[in-house]
Order: sequence, then structure tokens, then C-alpha cells
Amino acid sequence: MAYFIVRRMMIVLLTLWVASIIIFAMLQIIPGDPAQLMLGINATDDAVAALREQLGLNAPLFERYINWMSGMLIGDFGYSYTYGTAVGNLIAERITVSLPLALIALALSTLIAIPVGIFTASRRGTATDTSAMAITQIGIAIPNFWFAILLVYVFAITLRLVPAGGFPGWETGLWPALKSLLLPAIALALPQAAILSRVTRSALLETMAEDYIRTARAKGLPARRVLWHHALRNAFIPVLTILGLQFAFLLAGTIIIENVFYLPGLGRLIFQSIQRLDLMVVQSVVVLLVASVIFINFLVDLAYAWADPRLRRQG
Amino acid sequence: MTIRPIILGGLAAILFSSSALAARMDLTIGMVLEPPGLDPTAEAAAAVDEVVYANVFEGLTRIGPEGAVKPALAKNWTISDDGLTYTFELREGAKFHDGTSFDASDVVFSLDRARAEDSTNAQKALFSAIEKVEATGDTTVVVTLSEPSGAFLYNMGWGDAVIVAPESADTNKENPVGTGPFKLDNWQRGSAITLTRNADYWGDQAKLDTVTFRFIPDPAAATAALLAGDVQAFPNLPAPEAIAQFEADPRFTVVIGSTEGETILSTNNKKPPFDDVNVRRAMAHAIDRQAIIDGAMFGLGTPIGTHFAPHNPAYVELSETYEFNPEKAKALLAEAGFEGGIKATLKLPPPSYARRGGEIIASQLRDVGIDLEIIPLEWGQWLEQVFKGKDFDLTIVSHTEPNDIDIYARDDYYFQYENPDFKALIDKLNVTADEEERFALYRQAQQIITDDAVNVYLFQLAKNGVWDAKLNGLWENSPVQANDVTGVSWSE
Repeated sequence: MAYFIVRRMMIVLLTLWVASIIIFAMLQIIPGDPAQLMLGINATDDAVAALREQLGLNAPLFERYINWMSGMLIGDFGYSYTYGTAVGNLIAERITVSLPLALIALALSTLIAIPVGIFTASRRGTATDTSAMAITQIGIAIPNFWFAILLVYVFAITLRLVPAGGFPGWETGLWPALKSLLLPAIALALPQAAILSRVTRSALLETMAEDYIRTARAKGLPARRVLWHHALRNAFIPVLTILGLQFAFLLAGTIIIENVFYLPGLGRLIFQSIQRLDLMVVQSVVVLLVASVIFINFLVDLAYAWADPRLRRQG
Repeated sequence: MTIRPIILGGLAAILFSSSALAARMDLTIGMVLEPPGLDPTAEAAAAVDEVVYANVFEGLTRIGPEGAVKPALAKNWTISDDGLTYTFELREGAKFHDGTSFDASDVVFSLDRARAEDSTNAQKALFSAIEKVEATGDTTVVVTLSEPSGAFLYNMGWGDAVIVAPESADTNKENPVGTGPFKLDNWQRGSAITLTRNADYWGDQAKLDTVTFRFIPDPAAATAALLAGDVQAFPNLPAPEAIAQFEADPRFTVVIGSTEGETILSTNNKKPPFDDVNVRRAMAHAIDRQAIIDGAMFGLGTPIGTHFAPHNPAYVELSETYEFNPEKAKALLAEAGFEGGIKATLKLPPPSYARRGGEIIASQLRDVGIDLEIIPLEWGQWLEQVFKGKDFDLTIVSHTEPNDIDIYARDDYYFQYENPDFKALIDKLNVTADEEERFALYRQAQQIITDDAVNVYLFQLAKNGVWDAKLNGLWENSPVQANDVTGVSWSE
């Protein structure tokens, strides 16, 4: 197991390093001069030149990459030239919105999907199963931003139960903050729940067709016990895979939902920074997200190995 | 079933407490873009001025709601007969938000900083006429110009010319320290900026305790935020499609004003075939402005025929100089030797006036034989390719700087217009201080660029103001980029 973990860690680090090079290189291709963008179309050439110098944009490419990487290694994410503050501070501010949002959405989606998956699998072919699967199909097809706007019209404008968007900050108290994350979390969770419940259902059905299930049934165990004790544990591997992917998606892929609800999260930070060519912010945040995705996958890998001893030996 | 009443009761309590809290000394204003920093002397983004202008920072002069120059930190001034020496008498008792006092040395510092060699002021040209700035007393500043400048007092009213203190100038970007009636309370990056009333303000106290600017980029979200009451004013709503809905709703006031944004089909005057005035005139005849305003802007916008704001007293109505007439356009093209048609590109920056307007313009020009390939660009690309590189045939852009007809006199400006007569006119304008004479020169300038059909002048961008019907004092037009809330209050 130790060998397995070390080997995996090496792969994680290598992936991260390659990702950092790709991200850095791609951002250099983006056309446009950040200094000109900041100063606008009336700026004189010497003002733009002075700003370029101030922002350190004149340093050679290689030097800038080395500076950035060596900073990252000691936890310094660089300096945002549009916000005039450390990127680390920006990330710290934004993660207090994005992380709770992702966690709430993930919890909601899991709480909905797993029971629905189990319930429909155990009633395969019945009218309940068919209609539940039809609903999940719609859930997958509906774009989450459209669903978000619908939620806003019903719960914020008509019923006025929650704000239409924005985030008041955790310092205003737990409830006002949670209230403003409720609609975005639901909008994010439902399409995910639709996918997850289908995966749970089919994984469970597949397991139910295995020989050992038939054996369990043959030795006289009641259907319920077979489902909960034998099938469910084995069906969990594909479910875990999807959960890992979904968490990564929820953390990184909320750009659209954060825009619809104008939440100050990481997705919106990336969006704004790309528009302003604030490359230091973009590259640092993207590397951070890549790192979190890789790390989640690493955890999922470990969970597999824990569940299935054969994987440990293969590495 | 006792749970339900409890939940409902709880919800009602939350609802009532939040509406009770809103005993109106506060205001939340919606804006599309978040300012990158809060120092108006350090960057061009309009969003900076839209938060801090007149609210947090003040200059020697300021521009009022009608576009006129008014005293601000200078309570009055005298101008020498040769127009070269301006003596400003400053306010006494004005203080910066950090408690340091405002005096003549701050003015000297601010102006010298803005025009210094290594200055990164986005509008450095505003200060180019200044030769020296001297404090001749605690409250007297003498500015000497190298040549007369008719627009000097106006220039000093721009957000880029506000007065800052040496102690705080370098940190204004994050923590703005001005002399205005509001000071920064909190900036939740990516979300909102809150200003609170400055109790030590030298002039009339603001009528609101707190003003929050909330940043909502999505048009549907902006509409929802107004409807839900999360924001009470959107001085320029990004959703023209929702204006009719708000007009029908008695809870809201809709005020369609004018901005300084002349939206033009900018034309590369040095690139064949657009170097031919007949081709440019043909384009002007081929375009139906009202159709563009209706189709791209939901009917909101004023057709223009020159590069000047219709609300300006010196404006000349020239929008019918080249009436919509495709046959005439074809005839002009044939005269210029392009019966066979023209192929060209149309590079479009991201705003919807450009992207939606571009589609309509391309189809109107196709009707007269000008075939356009549409190329959408991001702002960074647009600045690089079109504005700096001058690598374009046609583009659509809104020039939002106030009173900027002088760009037609600039050497090497991106649309590459060169006319010595026009340059001479602007030179004369720069040294003319008398208002009537200046207006006459502005009128001549408008006529020249329209005769030369430098660009196709489409429409003045509208300012789609929507706010709570009980709110008073917000500006109808935006003669400068500002959301001046110093005079805003709630009626009972």
C-alpha cells in the first residue's frame, strides 16, 4: 500500500508540473496588452510603457515562469495587477463562497440521488421507476443556468423568500449567508443528482445480476438484505467515481451559476480576470483548481485500492 | 401539522424584519462591471468613476448633471487675460477621509503626479497644457499653462484629475482616501462596494447613510435583482429588453437618458477602398440607423450624424445629411468604380451594441454590394489589432469619453483620418476660452467630419435608468461616467 501511495504521489506531482507549463504557455498566447487594457484607448504611449514596466511585463518569459513557480512552492500565488492585492488573498476570499457552495450542492445531490437510485433499482420496470427515470432524463437535459433563472423568478421575485443573488458575507451571520447560497446550490445540485441517481441505479442493477447475489438469494436471504448488505457496497465504486468528478466540476465549473447569481466565487474571479487579462490571477487560480481536481482523483484512487485489494498490487 | 405554522411564522418574521430594517437611509445600486481598483487617477475603466466620482473623490472642478463645469475643491478661480494663468481659491476646512487636511500642497502634488514622466494616468493628455503648478498660500494655487487651453477647467473636472493626498496616493487603488461626502466602508471583491457618509464633509451632508454598489453582469440577473428589491436602482440597466416591463410597473421609474457614447461604424480611412470618400458616403446612405436602434438596442438610442452628443448645447443635427437610400449608395459606389461590389471585414468587440448591430449593418451593406466578413474579438484583441495595429477595415465601437471630437485631429489615431483644416480648427479651439466662440468652432468641426463621412455615425448610446419610484436625485444623463449619489434621497 505504501508503495502504491508513493507511486501515485509522483504521478500527481508530475501532472501538476506539466499542467502549470501548459497553463502558463496558453496564457502567453492570449493576445492583448494588459497595460493598454487597463489604461484604455485615450492613454498616451509613455503612460502605457510606464505601467508595463511597473507590472513587470517586460521580463523575459522564462524568468516570469520561474518567478511564478518558485513563488507557488512557498505558497505565494503572486500579485494581481488589476486588484492591486496578493492573489492568495483573493483566493482566500473567494473560496469561502465556492467551497461551501460546492459542498452544499454535493450534499444535496447525494441526498437526493442515492435514495432515488436505490428505490428505482429495487422497483425496476414499475411505473415509479419509469417515471423517475424520465424525470432524471429531463434533469440532465435542462441547463442549470436556465433552471437557476426559473428558481429566481419563483422563490426570489414572486415569493420573496430568498435574495435573487449576491452574497452578504459570512460575517453577517450563518443564516443570511446560507440563504443566499440556497438557490445556486439547488440549481447546481439537481442536474448532478439526475446523473448520479441514474448511475446509482444502473450500478446497482448490474451488481444484482452477479453470481454472488444469486447465491445469496439462493441461500434464502430476503431481497432487502441482499440489496443493502451485498449489492450496495459493491455498487459503490462507480458511484464514488462520479462523485469525485462531480465535486471537481462543482468547484471549478460554477462560472455560469456564479454569474447568474452574481456570487463572488472562484469561477467569477477567473471570468473577470480573463476579461481584464489579469494573467497572474488566472494562472494561479487555474493551477489551484487543477491541483484540487488531481487531489480528489487521487483520493478516489485510494478509495478504490482500499475497496479492491487487486488494484493495490497493480499500482 | 404544527410544524408548518412555525415555519411560516419564522419565514414571516424574516421577511418583516428585513423590510423593517430597510428604513430608507440606505441604497443599493446595481452596476454591470466591477471596478478593478478604486483609484480614478490610475486606470481608465469607467466603473472606477462610476463608484468614486463626486462620491469619494473630488477635483478642483466637477462636471454637473447637465455637463456644465461647477466649482468643487476650488471655490472660485480667476483667469489671466492671456488665458495662461489660472488662480484657484480653494475650500477651507476640507479634509481627507484619513483626517489629514486638504490644502494647496495636495493640489500641487496631485497635478504634478498626474503629468510626471512616469505617470500612469490614463488621460495624461488632460494635463499636457500645464507648465507649472505653484502653491502661493495655504488655499491658493496658481496653474501656469504653456498655451491657452479652452477646455482646461472642464479637464480638471474629469475623474482622472481628482485631488489625492501624498500620504495615501499609492494605496488609493485598494483603499481610496478622498475628500468627498462618502468614504469607503467595505469592498467585498467580486460582489459589492459599500460607502458610508463622511460626517466631516466640508459641504452639504449626503442624505443617505450608506450606499452599496452591487455588481451584476448578467442581464437576466440584473432584472431579477430589481424586481426582487435586492437593488433599488440600476442607473444603466444592461437589459434593454426588460425596459417595457419596468415602464408598466408603477413601483419603478424608468428614465431613458443619454450617455457620451457615440456609437460609430469606425472606418479605416487609409485602407482602400475606404480611403475613397464616395465609398464612405455610400456606406452612410446604405445604413438605416433606426433599424439598427430598433433591432440591436430595442429602440433605445438617438440617431446621430456626427461625433457629438445630442444633449450637448453645441450639437448640430446632421443625422439626415446622408439619408437612408440604398439606390443612391449603389450609384455612389458605381461612381467610385465599385459596381462589382466590395469585400471587407467587420471586427466586432464584445458589447451587444457591436455584436447585434454588426449583424444588421452587415446585412444592410450587403444589399448595396458591400460584403462583410464578421470577426468577433475580445477587448484585448480589439485593442491590439484594431486600435493599436490599425489592422481593420470596419469596426463598431462606442466612444464614451466626453467631448472627444478632438480625436479626429490626432496623428496616427486608429481610424486614420487626416485633414489639415480640421487640425487647424481644433488647434484654434484649444486656445479659445469664450464659450460662444467654442460652440461655433465645435459646430464647424462636426460639419467637417460629417462632410468627409469619416465614419458612419450610428446612434448615441442610451442610459437606461431604472430605479425605485420613491428614489429622487439620480442623474438622467451621464455627461461624465459617474453615479453621483451625493444628492440622492428617498421620499416618504
